[in-house]
Amino acid sequence: MLDDKDRIFTNLYGFEDWRLPGARARGDWDGTKEILAKGRDGIIDLMKKSGLRGRGGAGFPTGVKWSFMPKQSDGRPHFLVINADESEPGTCKDRDIMRHDPHKLIEGALIAGFAMGANACYIYIRGEFFREAEHLNVAVAEAYEAGLIGKNACGSGWDYDITVHRGAGAYICGEETGLLESLEGKKGQPRLKPPFPAASGLYGCPTTINNVESIAVAPTILRRGPEWFAGLGRPNNVGTKVFCIAGHVNKPCNVEEVMGIPLKELIEKHAGGVRGGWDNLLAIIPGGASVPLLPKSTCDTILMDFDSLREVKSGLGTAAVIVMDKSTDVVKAIARLSKFYMHESCGQCTPCREGTGWLWRIMERMVKGEAELEEIDLLEQVTYQIEGHTICALGDAAAWPVQGLIRHFRPEMERRIVARKQARVARAA
Amino acid sequence: MSAQAEPVTFAFTPEYRARADKIIARYPKGRQQSALLPLLDLAQRQAGWIPRAAIEHIAEILEIAPMRVEEVVSFYTMFHGKAVGKHVVWLCTTTPCWLCGSDDIVARCKQVLGIELGETTPDGMFTLLETECLGACVNAPMVQIDDDYFEDLTPDSVQAVLEAYKRGETPKPGSQSGRHTSEPAGGATTLKSRSATR
Amino acid sequence: MPKLKVDGVEVEVPAGTTILQAAEVAGAEIPRFCYHERLSIAGNCRMCLVEVEKSPTPVSSCAMPVGEGMVVHTQSANAKKARAGVMEFLLIHHPLDCPICDQGGECDLQDQAMAFGFDRGRYREAKRAVSEKHMGPLVKTIMTRCIHCTRCIRFATEVAGVPELGAVNRGEHMEITSYLERAITSELSGNVIDLCPVGALTSGPYAFTARPWELRKTESIDVMDAVGSNIRIDARGNEVMRVLPRLNEDINEEWISDKTRFACDGLRRQRLDRPYVRRNGKLEPATWQEAFNAIAARVERTSGGKIAAIAGDQADAEAMIALKDLLAALGSSHIDCRQDGAKLDPRARGSYLFNTTIAGIEQADACLIIGADVRHEAPIINARLRKRWLRGGFAVGVIGPRLDLTYKFDWLGEGTRTLEDLATGRHPFAETLKNAKKPMLILGQGALRRADGARVLGLARRIAENGGLVREDWNGFNVLHTAAGRVGGLDLGFVPGPGGKDVADILDAAGKGEIEIVYLLAADEIDTKKLGKAFVIYQGHHGDRGAHRADVVLPGAAYTEKSAT
Repeated sequence: MLDDKDRIFTNLYGFEDWRLPGARARGDWDGTKEILAKGRDGIIDLMKKSGLRGRGGAGFPTGVKWSFMPKQSDGRPHFLVINADESEPGTCKDRDIMRHDPHKLIEGALIAGFAMGANACYIYIRGEFFREAEHLNVAVAEAYEAGLIGKNACGSGWDYDITVHRGAGAYICGEETGLLESLEGKKGQPRLKPPFPAASGLYGCPTTINNVESIAVAPTILRRGPEWFAGLGRPNNVGTKVFCIAGHVNKPCNVEEVMGIPLKELIEKHAGGVRGGWDNLLAIIPGGASVPLLPKSTCDTILMDFDSLREVKSGLGTAAVIVMDKSTDVVKAIARLSKFYMHESCGQCTPCREGTGWLWRIMERMVKGEAELEEIDLLEQVTYQIEGHTICALGDAAAWPVQGLIRHFRPEMERRIVARKQARVARAA
Repeated sequence: MSAQAEPVTFAFTPEYRARADKIIARYPKGRQQSALLPLLDLAQRQAGWIPRAAIEHIAEILEIAPMRVEEVVSFYTMFHGKAVGKHVVWLCTTTPCWLCGSDDIVARCKQVLGIELGETTPDGMFTLLETECLGACVNAPMVQIDDDYFEDLTPDSVQAVLEAYKRGETPKPGSQSGRHTSEPAGGATTLKSRSATR
Repeated sequence: MPKLKVDGVEVEVPAGTTILQAAEVAGAEIPRFCYHERLSIAGNCRMCLVEVEKSPTPVSSCAMPVGEGMVVHTQSANAKKARAGVMEFLLIHHPLDCPICDQGGECDLQDQAMAFGFDRGRYREAKRAVSEKHMGPLVKTIMTRCIHCTRCIRFATEVAGVPELGAVNRGEHMEITSYLERAITSELSGNVIDLCPVGALTSGPYAFTARPWELRKTESIDVMDAVGSNIRIDARGNEVMRVLPRLNEDINEEWISDKTRFACDGLRRQRLDRPYVRRNGKLEPATWQEAFNAIAARVERTSGGKIAAIAGDQADAEAMIALKDLLAALGSSHIDCRQDGAKLDPRARGSYLFNTTIAGIEQADACLIIGADVRHEAPIINARLRKRWLRGGFAVGVIGPRLDLTYKFDWLGEGTRTLEDLATGRHPFAETLKNAKKPMLILGQGALRRADGARVLGLARRIAENGGLVREDWNGFNVLHTAAGRVGGLDLGFVPGPGGKDVADILDAAGKGEIEIVYLLAADEIDTKKLGKAFVIYQGHHGDRGAHRADVVLPGAAYTEKSAT
């Protein structure tokens, strides 16, 4: 278990003052000027050394991502855009960072923006997080007031502006190019790639989009040194991570833990264990709604990091753990996710627009067993017909939970179909 | 409440217009369309919803086609293209909330307000809407009322919240179970050295 | 130039070419719905998925630029499976109403489903129904058939310059509509019918009248304006059912104006289908012989100097030359093809042509428009101007009424005063023209029809000379005509000969009784009251103003019914 002294988000729960004096007391904005003095390449090198992988779900190395920005501006401004459109079901970690530790994010935004040659940063926060946006706005105003951002930020000679931009209710705006479209005042329909945002992003200018947590951990990493961060966890899966534990646990919570903590330990230590005890566990979705669920047998031993979860055909995603005990109608739980993806599909490209609705309709029948046995195969084929064929990853995200269900709970689906048929036969008799 | 007719005209009040201008100024020159979502939010705060006249007013301010604004209004769930009640109750029913009993919360809300999902109470006080995950999953089940989240709900506690609104009060948002925020119920398992000093 | 392999064929294409374009070079056919050469790339239909080696997922070929050494498979099992999957998705909510769909027989979805789809559908759930959207009388909608390719939206926004179409809602509830279901306010709206790959947007007037396989297709040239759009006339029996565009990169690309497309219903109405002779003040049906006798009787007792002829806007060159020869034989030089009185100078060909050419507009970098409503007089040329303007670096100045041309321009003024300022270099836009590499001007009939039209023409020529519009390698002087037959008439010399009268003088003389016979070759845009007591012979195809005034009517063929120039 992680030591308190190695925790980055020391006000995760908001027990302390979230405003600038409180943040300063926790060490934020300490020596920011010196960090900036390391220069663009210096900062990016340190970030690469730290081994930080993006906390938004895909797990791409953050330092490498920053290095994609052009070294020299061709006259176009560079932008940092922070993805605070936290909408992946199960996930509520960025919310805590923004309402309880906003200065970590703002300081990180300055450092990251500086490292990629950006003078402007937009924080795109989901519209429903109205109160969180209020906190962010207050913290941004405090930072301007204290000379931490704005002209000559922290006395570094670098000018830096931060704008908080609220969304208006669309999961797809968490997809980075959908977010850019939305930020430009349009429907959040993802863009075709290439061109990639680092070449042509916001307003056609070089842009990097990072998750809130990825940016907010950067100042601490740079203050304590990349070796410290890289020394936590397992190789290639290092550092600390804010986990969200929801569903059938005794004490649902957010908690910052070491990357690679065993899932069972995470739940038992912090979330008060599975409702009714570990043996009452049915399945867990380990990384937000998009990743395939894991049956209990896998949960017994699995480590919570990128590579371990990939090995079992799931993923760390946003590290949002959704726990389902044995009372759960697991088909219905996944069917509800299918409804989510149908509702959130932007409608732009064919496989997702048409496929998500199809999936949901079959899933609804599967809940009641109103189907033929062969339709389980059809359902699976439809998921593969969507996966990999869409403009953005929402199609994949819609496909994976259903694939996970079929992989691990096919007998349960078959049982319902057979039971329904037998009941009909019995009624007829 | 009967369907509210489309007003013939809409214009920002001087106060809102000043706010709108400030918002537009946050984006680079020629990129004023970026202010579309914030301006629609302002219009909705002023009018309660987004009538056609507001679409056209904003299209004119931002120098974009009204069609582009209509597309945006219809795309984002938070914009109401039709009139809604004074308080909008968003019920999260996505899997994490559903696992924690959102069905019971929905049932109680319908019962207390006497309306179905998507409907508005006859007195125009409440509109009940189902919504997708609102990102407060470790405090499930939860609902959003206007700008505030109400978390860790039971049917009784959501009823208490609604009744407070009915009385014209503003109930305290956040966890309704006595928890501070997202720490494990009964006390944090981490940051103890720090929470001791609070 | 990157080299790549498509289905084993190695091709070398310019950098920035898409895989789909490269495949065309390599001779591989890739199906598509949303992709269209003349519209921005949307990449949304996913029908063009291909397999690219080393890519973990299929790639949408319309949007992906080629890379050096790329190996593309359009016919591999994976590519076929991906496309068949997309096709199945497109069909799940598409109604199977092909028998009552006007797109039937020329439907991309039908054709591609045959070529690239599964042989059966597996969708057993409820199908989507979408309410019709009103888009005006020309474009009929059956939106349940829509496959959301967004071609119509992109056409309206990009080519037509009227951002009135959009897609509302999201996910499977996404619907294409016009703002508040208003009619599309574009003169090019009918093109969305051709662009729509399915039967969602079809032609209103043509609805349920014919099937494509019943139609005889004749290639022709449009006469509704002076653009000369290339068209295809689809007829069933002797009835013209519809007019469609034909590709011509130099003229109309693949668009036509709504007037060009939808005017064909007029070919069935108010036609002159037999000769008429006026007896006792009333036009009565007659035989050809009776009509000719009536004309001969009158001509025989009239000297050539008292006979005149006016050619109409749609008159063809063959008819005009025949009429010119006839008048010459009769000893008359009173002929004119400028019924609107435009002060065009028939002696200098360059002074009445569109010298830059329509395709040439794309090379220009500044344009002065004088007295022309290009958007309505020549929608196709306006679309080309907009296309050029969209690319940037194209300054447009307008003298004349302040109109919405679908692109931004500097409004310079309304009168000849502004023209003079430009001609003398006092106006700042003169500098713009001078600094441009390939400046052009467009002089409209509105300016030339004025009483001082000749002066306007002179000023325009001076602006052209001073601004460097006419050079060895570039001719930026253009007259925009509204009459299809005008340039032909001027070329043939259908203008007053020595001592001959122009239209105004002919009418004047007719009123005074000095001209006794006026031959109207489908000329209707004149004030027929001014014809006085003159004996009027009208040759044309519609019972229009000229025919009403005629003493003898000779029925003729319309542009869809004869071979002519």
